[in-house]
Amino acid sequence: MKARFQQIQASPGFYGLLIGLAAVILIGLGAAYYMEHNGHWVTGMTNQVVWGTPHVFAIFLIVAASGALNVASIGSVFGKTPYKPLARLSAVLAVALLIGGLAVLVLDLGRPDRLIVAMTTYNFKSIFAWNIFLYTGFMVIVLVYLWMLMERKMYPRFGKPAGFVAFVWRLILTTGTGSIFGFLVARQMYDAAIMAPLFIAMSFAFGLAIYLLVLMASYRWTGRELGDYIVYRLKNLLGVFVAGVFYFVAAQHLTNLYATEHHGVEAFVLLNGGIYTFLFWFVQILLGTAAPLAILFSSLGRSRTWIGIASALVILGGLAQVYVLVIGGQAYPLSMFPGYEVSSSFYDGVVASYSPSLPEVLLGLGGTAMAFALVVVAVKALHLLPESLSDKAVNPHAAS
Amino acid sequence: MSDDKQPDLARREFLQGSAGAAAGLAVAPGVMLYGPAASAKPIDEAASSEVRWGMLIDANKCASDCDACVRACNTEHGLGDEDQSGPRQQTQYIRKVELRNKATGASHSLPMMCQHCETPPCADVCPTGASFKRADGIVLVDRHICIGCRYCMMACPYKARSFVHESLEDQEPYTPRGKGCVESCTLCVHRIDLGGIPACAEACGAEGNGAILFGDLNDPNSAIAQAVAEQATTEVRADLGLNVGVRYQGI
Repeated sequence: MKARFQQIQASPGFYGLLIGLAAVILIGLGAAYYMEHNGHWVTGMTNQVVWGTPHVFAIFLIVAASGALNVASIGSVFGKTPYKPLARLSAVLAVALLIGGLAVLVLDLGRPDRLIVAMTTYNFKSIFAWNIFLYTGFMVIVLVYLWMLMERKMYPRFGKPAGFVAFVWRLILTTGTGSIFGFLVARQMYDAAIMAPLFIAMSFAFGLAIYLLVLMASYRWTGRELGDYIVYRLKNLLGVFVAGVFYFVAAQHLTNLYATEHHGVEAFVLLNGGIYTFLFWFVQILLGTAAPLAILFSSLGRSRTWIGIASALVILGGLAQVYVLVIGGQAYPLSMFPGYEVSSSFYDGVVASYSPSLPEVLLGLGGTAMAFALVVVAVKALHLLPESLSDKAVNPHAAS
Repeated sequence: MSDDKQPDLARREFLQGSAGAAAGLAVAPGVMLYGPAASAKPIDEAASSEVRWGMLIDANKCASDCDACVRACNTEHGLGDEDQSGPRQQTQYIRKVELRNKATGASHSLPMMCQHCETPPCADVCPTGASFKRADGIVLVDRHICIGCRYCMMACPYKARSFVHESLEDQEPYTPRGKGCVESCTLCVHRIDLGGIPACAEACGAEGNGAILFGDLNDPNSAIAQAVAEQATTEVRADLGLNVGVRYQGI
């Protein structure tokens, strides 16, 4: 089977989309400048909640980036032929999401002007320092992999090894991202080895949800054929990934519930944490887990619209999950004096208040728009999308 | 592993030189109070790992209505001059914490600040090595290479660090504070290097209740080393095994 890849045609819709994304990027850059110029006092962040909404967007995008590569890995590494035509978009989406996420992370630094320091001065005991190598390495490796995918002379020899290296690297990368929290001994909600596999499961689900939406939108907007065969395979896989995330979430909370030491933080998330409890049960579990599973594995899952809704819900639930983890994990007070009621002028012993400020949200949206703008430009400039992903083109063994 | 993370000597000499010039005027009465600077090391000598600076804080002596240590720290380091930042965003190097035992009702009051861990989590997680521990146990932030990622604030079990949320001017020369960088208690390293003691300990002795004992934990003749050798003392979050330099009694 040889898929014919073709750039998309420029149309008013294409330019409209690009201009819209560019506007969101500019607004995001403006928000970053506003925050950096004034200092972080203009944000909702405090000395209690030091990582705010930009980190929620950044971590979500970075986690989703490694997951977006899975589609390519399934084709190259696991040899599933129907996935092979999907690999190029998968690789480009992975790099684009990572760039968008990193842009948000860097622009929210207290001193983004010192990025060169971060690139030249390392403390190798820091998982953050490792991540700098994991992120830049990921981009290089995936771009080489993309080159192998696009060069017909190279692919037979180097396609699988390149895909294998990229697949292993992305697993290590997400382990590194999860370990940002897993290695934090200080806070009740973190300090757990399960953070690494949990983040890998999250990346599978978030990345595939975004991939499905991008794929369906690209083919609808360009009038190309996208058959049910590949869409159904992807949506079933998404369902499995969503269930996988739920498994790790359940294991994490059940383990914590067993230990009296963790009852406080569990009650905070599950029972009395206000916005965090709401986000956990209603958005992450009900909208982001139960609803997509019900849609994807019922007859609703035969409708493209419902598959799109389910993917969007997975993304919404994922953002809520990262919000609860990042913000909720900081809002819950440090346990310095177990058995004591604690109070101070520095807000010891109380749940920290945090509300996202507009510039923080705009910066996060700007990074997201940057990721999608890169994809839009790439599908126009490069031979990324097969001309047809009809059932016949994708699956030569199809009955009809 | 943090020993090799120290700023280069030339810069520290410069900082110490300027700090000494300023501190000589501002701190002279305090320094004189404690006599000649017997333990001052020569200005060109690196901090030594034979010394481990620490504090012993007696919560039995610390009164809940006294904040002499906090006021002294704020004055010493020029804190509290943020006019844009909200109360949750303003820097605090040291704060008074009130405790009430939920089971027994017993109340305690104590000052909380950087505990100057032997193995500081802030220095472990810092991507650039801006958070580091000096050979003599003092944990500091090199504000020349801090990128403001705040990962150290996520990692500190004592909530000891603050982020500068706005532009600041007219800082104390020995406490350079910059927008977008993280900062915390320096154990008044600028005083220690001149043979003095931290401002909080000095104020607690002068106008408080003498609850803070400062000294070299490694010197068997020092009052603090003898006290911790004889009496039961507590590390906050001892479960983390960080071997902190600041110990407590009475909790």
